Amino acid sequence: MPEVEFDRVEKTFGGTRVLHGVSLDIAQGAFAVILGPSGCGKSTLLRMLAGLERVSAGEVRLNGRRMNDVAAKDRDLAMVFQNYALYPHMTVAENLGYALKVARVPRTERAARVAEVAATLQLSEMLDRRPGQLSGGQRQRVAMGRAIIRRPRVFLFDEPLSNLDAKLRTQMRIEIKRLHLKQGVTSLFVTHDQVEAMTLADRLVVMNAGRIEQAGTPSEVYHRPASAFVAGFLGTPPMNLIPAEPTADGRAVEVEALGRFVVEGPALPGRAPLIAGLRPEHASRGPGVSLPVEMVEELGNGRLVHLRCGDRLVAVMLPEGDRAPVADRLSIAFDPDRLMLFAADGSALPQRLRAIAVRTHA
Amino acid sequence: MIENTRVLNIVTHAILIAALLVMCFPLYVLAVTATLPYERLGEVPKPLVPDTHLTANIREAWVRGNFGIYFLNSLVTATLITLGKIALATITAFALVYFRFPGRTLAFWAIFITLMLPLEVRIVPTYEVVANALLPAQQILEWTGMTWLIGALSGVEVALQWNMINSYWGLTLPLIATATGTFLFRQFYLTVPDELAEAAKLDGAGPMRFFLDVLLPLSRTNIAALAVIMFVAGWNQYLWPLLVTTGPDYRTLTLGLTFLAPDADAVGDWNVTLAGALIVMLPPVLVVVLAQRWFVKGLVNAEK
Repeated sequence: MPEVEFDRVEKTFGGTRVLHGVSLDIAQGAFAVILGPSGCGKSTLLRMLAGLERVSAGEVRLNGRRMNDVAAKDRDLAMVFQNYALYPHMTVAENLGYALKVARVPRTERAARVAEVAATLQLSEMLDRRPGQLSGGQRQRVAMGRAIIRRPRVFLFDEPLSNLDAKLRTQMRIEIKRLHLKQGVTSLFVTHDQVEAMTLADRLVVMNAGRIEQAGTPSEVYHRPASAFVAGFLGTPPMNLIPAEPTADGRAVEVEALGRFVVEGPALPGRAPLIAGLRPEHASRGPGVSLPVEMVEELGNGRLVHLRCGDRLVAVMLPEGDRAPVADRLSIAFDPDRLMLFAADGSALPQRLRAIAVRTHA
Repeated sequence: MIENTRVLNIVTHAILIAALLVMCFPLYVLAVTATLPYERLGEVPKPLVPDTHLTANIREAWVRGNFGIYFLNSLVTATLITLGKIALATITAFALVYFRFPGRTLAFWAIFITLMLPLEVRIVPTYEVVANALLPAQQILEWTGMTWLIGALSGVEVALQWNMINSYWGLTLPLIATATGTFLFRQFYLTVPDELAEAAKLDGAGPMRFFLDVLLPLSRTNIAALAVIMFVAGWNQYLWPLLVTTGPDYRTLTLGLTFLAPDADAVGDWNVTLAGALIVMLPPVLVVVLAQRWFVKGLVNAEK
């Protein structure tokens, strides 16, 4: 039985519907990350599980039990907030122990558990300080400790790292991952940062406009995006999306500026325009299509070349080893099997592409 | 723009010091007069150097003015007003900010309107209520015909009566039931992040627990500020105690002072009267001075 279930969950705020029937299962011990742009409803979903928002329709279940009308404190889950929400007038020790104090855990046991959690998070030195005297990273750790100390069934993280600088964020990410590997508590992590999402998740859920676009392992979601939205959201820079036209018989596709490709598998239905997707790192310098260079970005571990392709730019990643100068035009090559096809509504098509035989022989 | 030039500093300080002297001079004269013996009261020009009769004058004022009981009454009244006001203000603001209940907007505006109606404006109806706090209930019973019904059925005449004249309740309750403090705390609670309430909810704390463990400790500087304001205001009340007390038992110190003032045809021993005024002034001054140290402490410890 999945630990957490969302069953056709809807949420309406004063007549505006922000979640349109979201269904999602999260297995016991999984680390699920919900990724999406701001306003997609990912935080709302999390807060409904926490019991901080009412469920407008559908059902939220924990361990098979319907939770819609259960008070937040009886759901046995802990949450780490974006701004940490530490009690400013309490010391670190009091902050950590507050939930236990409310639960009437005896003083000695409370002290022991605070000490234990503080040791796990390297907070032992600062138990007597107040949140105002801590750095951002330390506050973040206190917020985590406050969640851990209750030994909850599920951890909820609401963009907990977005107030930290880049270096600390990487560090805390690793700490969260390590903690999860050690304790194995089911976790639900909401973020708009795709690097966090990719690295932390063993189950990645991409949301957009109140719907789930795709759920799967990070690798699946990255390599086989279920929609043009997912393809365009994941990856830095994201996948290039280029207009494409099917031929009359549906056996080939004309991709703007990149040329014509043969469709493998069933013929394309209809003649509606399509979208072709190509990840920047899947193309490289080589004999193929020559396009005018618009701009070159130095990344240190490679160079990002933006090529003009009709009225849009196509990004191509040159690896670190390729130090040859980039002139006005760049000739690029790529494995046509890497090209993805999406219908005009954004849904991914199963058909794969290969180069037209004539061209490869030439 | 902040100006910081030497000349300007000197000029502004000179103005401030001059204003301070103008304000303090009458108080100084009061203090000096309180130290004079009766014989020196008529001296012209007025003596501006303290004499040695301060303790004698104070003792005389204390005994003749019956200050022992009045002082206690003032202390009890001002303290009750302060505590009652803080309790009422914090809890009503909590209800207004953190709960969505039917009639919330109505309650908000009802409280808001009392801001525009200070005690002096509604003194007659307030007096009527204090004279019989059950009067509204009695009215409702009469309008609905309940008194007639009960009278006809059982022969008992219903006349509800709860008189608060000449009691600490009468002295304090009408002054507690105003909205100023409620708004002070409402504004403060609105600045407390929602996440704190949510975190407390997930930590298992109910609303009252959150109120006592989180909100009240966070508002301690506001509570100190309100306490000072309310204590001084309560201590200085004059009109209301004059109305609701009819004998010496519940008179407050401010009233006692007026009884100490000499009548037109009596011996004008103003040195004793002003010594009494010193006694009346002392507690509020002490509260302000002591609480000021508290404020500074609160401000220095302010958390981000």
